[in-house]
Parts: sequence; structure tokens; C-alpha cells
Amino acid sequence: MPPNNALDRLLLRAEIEDWLLAEADLLDARRFRDWLALLHPDVRVAMPIARNLSPGLLEREERTQAGRDLMWVDEGYATLEQRVRQLETGVHWAEEPASRITRIVAGIRLLEVEGDRVLAGCRFVLHRNRLEDETDVLIGRRRDTLLREGEVWRLLRREVLLDQSVLQAKNLTMFL
Amino acid sequence: MAEGMDFAGLVDLGAGTVERAAFTDPAIFAAEQERIFARAWLFLGHESQIPEPEDFFTSRMGTESVIVARDRDGQVHALLNSCTHRGMKVCRHDYGKAKVFTCPYHGWSFSNDGRLAGVPGALVGVPHFDKAYRAELRREDWGLSRAPRLALYKGTIWASWDQRAPDFLDYLGDMHRYLDYALDARDGSPGGSRTVAGVQKWRVNCNWKFAPENFIGDMYHDISHRSVDMVGIGPAGGRGRRAAFRPRLAIGFPGRGHGLLGELPTTETEPYNDAWALYPEVNDWHRAAHEARMARLAGQPRVAMSVGTIFPNMSFHGRQPRTIAVAHPVSPTVTEIWRWCLEDAAAPEAVNEAARSYFLRYSGPGGMTESDDMENWSYATTASQGPIARRRPYNYQMGMGHARPAPGLREAVECGELTEENARIFHGRWADFMRGTPWPMQVPHAAE
Ligand code: FES
Ligand SMILES: [Fe+2]
Repeated sequence: MPPNNALDRLLLRAEIEDWLLAEADLLDARRFRDWLALLHPDVRVAMPIARNLSPGLLEREERTQAGRDLMWVDEGYATLEQRVRQLETGVHWAEEPASRITRIVAGIRLLEVEGDRVLAGCRFVLHRNRLEDETDVLIGRRRDTLLREGEVWRLLRREVLLDQSVLQAKNLTMFL
Repeated sequence: MAEGMDFAGLVDLGAGTVERAAFTDPAIFAAEQERIFARAWLFLGHESQIPEPEDFFTSRMGTESVIVARDRDGQVHALLNSCTHRGMKVCRHDYGKAKVFTCPYHGWSFSNDGRLAGVPGALVGVPHFDKAYRAELRREDWGLSRAPRLALYKGTIWASWDQRAPDFLDYLGDMHRYLDYALDARDGSPGGSRTVAGVQKWRVNCNWKFAPENFIGDMYHDISHRSVDMVGIGPAGGRGRRAAFRPRLAIGFPGRGHGLLGELPTTETEPYNDAWALYPEVNDWHRAAHEARMARLAGQPRVAMSVGTIFPNMSFHGRQPRTIAVAHPVSPTVTEIWRWCLEDAAAPEAVNEAARSYFLRYSGPGGMTESDDMENWSYATTASQGPIARRRPYNYQMGMGHARPAPGLREAVECGELTEENARIFHGRWADFMRGTPWPMQVPHAAE
């Protein structure tokens, strides 16, 4: 039901904000199975590659396109679940011993509300520290589409726009 | 650079060892730039990145940026991306369209072709040429440096800064047959592959040699990938990454420094192995392509391969995911890896989409397989730097003295499946280059 007054809108935003922050908590706590339960079976996560282009081209081609081009990530539930299984093996060396990750998800806004479907925008700072001194900071914006199913919201689409063009981290073994 | 230093002595092929300094030392790294990256054939990119006249993209040769430009006549040139006036990068775009590159510092401009001033990269515009330079500047001396050697091979673009480098096909030797396997269409017709749009570029805190040395044929590093093998992400279904493949051999080219994991030339017909069984429609297409390849090449020796390296830093996967990976040196302990995905231009969308998505879950920083390689390469580099660590060389002794001439290939050896022969071949060639003797660098390595 689209919110038809300011109070409803505020409550909906608070609900979505709670959802996104709770999701961040699950991921940082490495509760990956619980996190999978938040995903819609048809979920798609896409993280395009940013490029350095002249003004004319930039408008059209700043980032590679999901479903067609090379991406950092472009996948659905099956692959996300495989990644969780890989983390659970205990021999995924890139994450064993486990990295410590804290993400700050902020600036959450509702961009579109249509029935039980919400498009939310946010910004994130993801800090990863690993072993002694390995530190990565990934900063970017996200556009998340959530779908309400009864009492719960599930993630249907996630688009991750990273600032970096040449990725400064050696891998992307975290969920963004 | 430490002229005359005996860098070649860091590699002891008799003992099967390589000194760790080769992987960590700044003076050696600097020498590599002069002696290897300024002389070898280097991979720059793919013609599908510059299909039209006046298209360009920027790439790297060693630590330096180069512009790869197609001129109005369709010729491809590699120009050093550093202004001859004060060194500014004349082009800071990943790709685009231009006939002239204008430096953003003082405005010198350089052509992408030879029409205006004789040579590609010529200096064609100098602000205040008459007033400030009094028309005395010898513009013809100040064009961008251009790689004197450039080769196009089945869509791939290669260049060398050394005029005396051998022809590209001589440089490859019979390794070209394995490169063909990756670049030819799946039905065996020559060429026909292109790159998926976009290049993954990322930094790893490791020495650049870890990547080509691994890709040249290290079947020993299975434990690196235990986690992904336990999960099973291959398009054939089931566990492991290569369930559907026949056993492979390490095949190397000792005088050249190239090598691969693959099969010797054979005329026997092989059945299709259902490598894409998870995607029936895609699998059918691959079966038909495989059968077409068998028919097209019937009676001729065919090869197949999964992964290999062309010295010094270009590696490729010929089966799936079909990719090109180049390890660009940044510093002794930092490497920038560039990754392309190859597909058949003529394949239906579903086939290419299955390949692209397998690439994304397997390769590169988001790849479930390669993320573990990079953990190993980076901490191997870190832990090799100390004075005590550097007292012990790396051990490359597996299978020493057991290489045999590879039947059906010129100047090649095979050494079974599990061996470090190919890594020895890589480092042997590294030592040849590091002696600094000019081309032709004929340093024959007897095929034992
Ligand atoms: S540095 Fe390019 S014009 Fe001066
Ligand atoms: Fe590997």
C-alpha cells in the first residue's frame, strides 16, 4: 500500500532503514545463513565497473551494464548461496582466518514506492581489516529494491556503485 | 639500475631454485622494467575494444601507460602516454574516440596517425609556436614515443619497445597453437572470438611473477581451491572445477618461457564431455560446436588447453571461463591485474551469458576460485621480504630432469601433470632476459 501521507511515509522509511541496518548487522556478524533468508529467490546483485571517460561518453557508459558486460559482481541467489557455502567450508583462505568487517550504511532514502515494492537509496562505507595490517575501505552508493511478502521484506535487486575504477582491494569476498 | 649485476644468477636451474630477491627487491624490479618489459612482446588488449577508426583505449606496458589507437586508415598504434614536453599523461580516459590527443598541461597535441606529420604520435599542435617558440621548435623530434613493433593476432593486440624483437609468431613458437585454441571459435574456425565489454582492473600486494608462474601450469596448488571445489561452481554441475575434463599435461617451451596445461596434438576424435550440462540449451550448442570442430579439423593434429602463460605476463584460459589475465608490475610487491572475458562473436546470447556468469563467479577479485590464489600470492610476497626469509630460495624441484620432448610440437617439452617444469621454464627465460643481452637472445635450452 503506497503511503498517502507524511506520517506513513516516515514510518515506511523507518521500517526500511531498520531492515537495511539489521541486514548490515547480520553480515558484519557473519550470520550468512540468516542473511540469505532475507533474499528473494529471484534476487539479483549487480556491481558494475566504473570507467574514466570523456564527458560525452561518461553520460552513457560510466559503468558497465549488468546482464551484458564485465562486472565486479552480477549474480543471483544460487551464486550467493554458493558463496555462503564457500565461507562455511573453513578453508576459503581469503576469509580464513575471518576478516573483520564493519559497514556503515547511511543516507537511506526511499526513491520509489509502488505497492509492496520499495526502491531505497543509501551510501555505504565498508571497512575490512584482515590478519595484522591488511585494510580495505570501500565506499559507494547502493540502490536496493525490497519486496514485502506478508510481514517481511525481501531483497529483490541490489545495485552497488563503487567509487573505485581500479579496485584497490585484492578481492571481493565480502557481500556489499 | 644496477648495470651488470648478475640477476641471471638468481635462477639456478641445476638446483631448481630461485632466490627470493627476484620477487621482492626494488633494484631487480627496476632491472626487469628495462630488460624484460622494454624488450618482450606484451599484450595490450583486443581489437574488439577499438572496432572503428579513431577509437582508442589506454593500456599498460610494464609500469607505463600507453594509448592504443586505431587511426583513420584502420592501423593500430601503441603510443607512450606521456607528453614529450613535461611528461603529463596526454590521455586520462580508459577509452574513447580521438584523432588528436591534446595534453591538458600546456596544450601540445599529438596525432593518432601519420597523415599530418609523417609518423603516428607526431606533435601536430604547439600553442604559441610562432610567438613563443619563434617557430624554432623542431616539432618532428617531439612526437610521442611509439612502440616500434606491433602485432595483431586473431583480434589480440601486442607490442614491443624493442625494434630487434623477433616476429611475434617466432616469439610464440608452437605456443601459438594453444593461443589459437583460446582465440578460435568453438567450432574450430580461425579467430571469431571477441572480448565481453569491460576490463576488470585491480591491485594485489604481490610480485607480478606469481600470476604468470601460477597460470603457466601449477596443478600442484589444488589446496588453494579446496573451498570452491567443495562447493562446486562449474557449469557441468558436480564437485570440482574440472570434473568434465580429461587429464592434462604440463607442456612448456624452454627457449621461450611459455607454457600451459593442456593436451598434446592429437588426431583422435574426442567425444563431447557435457561441460555445460547445467544449461541444456547451452550444452547443445557446445556439443554441436565441438562436433563441427572435430569435422573441420579431421585428420589434422588438434590441441586443447585450459590455462597457460605467454612470457612474461600474459596468461589465458582456453576452455572456460575463457579469459585473458595480464599481471602488470607496479612495484616489487604490488601488481595490477587486468582481466578480459572471451566469447564467440557468433554464439547465441544464452551461450555467451552462461560463459560470462561463469567467468564472474570463477575469475577476478569477485571470483570464488581466484580470490584464494590472491591471498596466497600476496602473503607469499609479504613473508619473503625479511633478511632471514631471503636466505632461502624458493624450491622449484618437482619433476626436475623428467621432461621429455613433446611429440608433435617444436621446441617443447612435457613433464606429466604434476610438475614444476613450466615454472622452471618461465624463470629460465626470465634469467635470459635479465642477462640483458640484446635480441636475438638465442639462449638455447636443450629439450632434455
Ligand atoms: S606537459 Fe604536455 S604540453 Fe606541457
Ligand atoms: Fe589457482
